[in-house]
Amino acid sequence: MIWQLDLLILILVVLCGIGAIMIRDLLGTAILFGAYSFMMCLLWAIMGAVDVAFTEASVGAGVSTVFFVATVYHTTRRTKD
Amino acid sequence: MKNLGLLIVVLVGAVLIYATTDFPPFGDPESPASLHVSPRYLENSLEETAVPNVVTSVLVDYRGLDTMFETTVVFAAGVACFLLLRVPRRRTPAPRQYRHRLTGLTFRIKDGGEISLPLQEFEPMESIWTPHDFIIEKVCCYLIPFIQLFGLFVIAHGHHSPGGGFQGGVILGASIILLSLSHDLRTALKRMGEKTSALFSTFGVLIYAGTGALCLLLGYNFLDYQALDPLLPGGPVMARYHGILLVEVGVGMAVMGTMIWIFRNLASRGRHEEGL
Repeated sequence: MIWQLDLLILILVVLCGIGAIMIRDLLGTAILFGAYSFMMCLLWAIMGAVDVAFTEASVGAGVSTVFFVATVYHTTRRTKD
Repeated sequence: MKNLGLLIVVLVGAVLIYATTDFPPFGDPESPASLHVSPRYLENSLEETAVPNVVTSVLVDYRGLDTMFETTVVFAAGVACFLLLRVPRRRTPAPRQYRHRLTGLTFRIKDGGEISLPLQEFEPMESIWTPHDFIIEKVCCYLIPFIQLFGLFVIAHGHHSPGGGFQGGVILGASIILLSLSHDLRTALKRMGEKTSALFSTFGVLIYAGTGALCLLLGYNFLDYQALDPLLPGGPVMARYHGILLVEVGVGMAVMGTMIWIFRNLASRGRHEEGL
């Protein structure tokens, strides 16, 4: 485990999480959630949990982002708060 | 009110971070979890199930009931999306509009009528229509078979490498979702109808629960794959190996069908006529 890489990815995870809450565009939020999932996937892989990383990559970063985008496409891109 | 919420979140977060200092360090062999439970599986899994990937043997064999209900949860999510979103088909289909690609003429097709000319020359005009990109369409055409092959590999090779029914099923589902993203929803529906995807997800759960029930019928515990010894070749240890494979296939089918099913209902507002 390289701690510099670990720290960098951890910072990116936190930034993606905060950005997903702060941003007003819901499509942007969906993309940020995808990035968040991908960073989490890298973290799992670094910690040696390869099966979990694989699941996170396929479900979190892949399909759930598509679901979010499909839903945003049919509803609205702007949040009310 | 907003500041109060922020204060509560920061406080709870600080307490949680403070609590993590009491955790054993990462990878500590003396931590409670590594003392009794993990060594039992790490030492005996290969002899008992002949599966080198311990994660798979724990997930599907030792803790098989958990995974069965996880699959059921995925299936329930698909059914919930269907019940909430799906709009029953109208008796008389609404008139559809097609554009002739070469001349740009627009045709209006009434009440489920068919075009007599070759369909490749027409493209459907939809309210959320976007022009087809030739490069994306063709690249996806060549990419999808490889994605599906990889999905099948992940399901079948889950005993030896990371992966298994869930991941492989999602990859297989994603290949069909990619088809409907790169072409349109109707093309994907033509390849794999709504009934097919619903049947896939139902039969996947059925295969899993059926394997468990079969073990019960043969006089063993629920999901104790040793019971399948008389039906499968290779002795009682290999019976567990093959039982895991059977169940993984069930999980893969259920997850694949459910992913496609959910996507269709979300992408077309439950109408299955036009959509992403």
